[in-house]
Amino acid sequence: MPVSVANSQVVYDAIKHADVKLVSALPETWLVHLIRMADEDPEMTLVRLAKEEEGVGVSAGAHFAGVRSVMLMQNHGFLQAINGIVGVSLLYKIPLLMLITDRGGFGEKDPWQTEGGKHTRPVLDALHIAHEDLTRPDEVELRLAKAMALAQSSLSPVALLLGRDLMWEEPS
Amino acid sequence: MGGAELKRIDCLKAIYPELEECAVVTIMGAVAAELYSLGHRPNFFYLEHAMGLASSIGLGIALSQPSRKVVVIDGDGSVLMNLGGLTTLARSRPRNLVHLIFDNETLLSVGGGAPGGYRWFTTATSTGTDLAGIASAAGFPRARTVRELEDFAAAALDALKGHELSCIVAKVDAEMPKSFLMDLHMLENRFEFPRALQLAIKGRSE
Repeated sequence: MPVSVANSQVVYDAIKHADVKLVSALPETWLVHLIRMADEDPEMTLVRLAKEEEGVGVSAGAHFAGVRSVMLMQNHGFLQAINGIVGVSLLYKIPLLMLITDRGGFGEKDPWQTEGGKHTRPVLDALHIAHEDLTRPDEVELRLAKAMALAQSSLSPVALLLGRDLMWEEPS
Repeated sequence: MGGAELKRIDCLKAIYPELEECAVVTIMGAVAAELYSLGHRPNFFYLEHAMGLASSIGLGIALSQPSRKVVVIDGDGSVLMNLGGLTTLARSRPRNLVHLIFDNETLLSVGGGAPGGYRWFTTATSTGTDLAGIASAAGFPRARTVRELEDFAAAALDALKGHELSCIVAKVDAEMPKSFLMDLHMLENRFEFPRALQLAIKGRSE
């Protein structure tokens, strides 16, 4: 499977350096290594969700308890979690760092991923959620640290979109 | 079904003294207003929106502070909006979480009830859906339904003193609270709650 192990490790290391102790997730192809790394790390609590919206609640609870967390999901997971993002994170001013694998862009071969990818940024913008793309491994650590800093200082959700160039290695 | 005599407020009174050291997360509406009416404490958080996520918030707290007892006070309407959350709770199985569900078979606090106990928008528990059965089948090690105050008090106190993920469904009257008034802004509550949880931990370790 040409999901980049090396770049998944770069993202995971950045999560660790941001002092994250809890990861909530649902899998999708690009996230398999990241979730496995969280699972294999005895210092990390991995919460396997049934549906992404739960993760917004889990992250809020962790924040109340003084623990930093991230949510791992893909475009449709983000779209699924909207009510929780609005009704918990935005309404109650709670930091929430979302790492969204950004399917459905240029290079996408799966027809079923194309719609969710198209609507992710407009929805983030409509909710005034700050977001940046992650496409190169050398920018991951600094951008993730900055995203966490903004989430914590602004008490709001912040999203990083994990792009194809970062997460996927085209088979040669 | 229906015709329960048990009242939420009496259940809350029965457990209130035990909640002092707990992290308590309630849903909005009647449950929040009635717990508040017994005397607010900074370790009580009232989730005024996002129906279904009270138990998810409780899970996040329970996993992050394993030495603290977490009490989620939920309702049938909210639980039915996040049935998958029961499976997440069950598989995470925090030993310090007690999930209390007041089941009045009605979407009371979002307008499904009326004064006098009249119910015009019932939930599926009114036609037989068994939330304790669902929790049990989801993998909760302990889940039961109670219909009498003594049974609720005994089960809840047992769960609060125990060390196992527990779910107690109390079949209660679909009665409006005496007042929905809470003289506490949700943001004030939002900021005092983590302070209470984190100060207590720091204090305990000193």
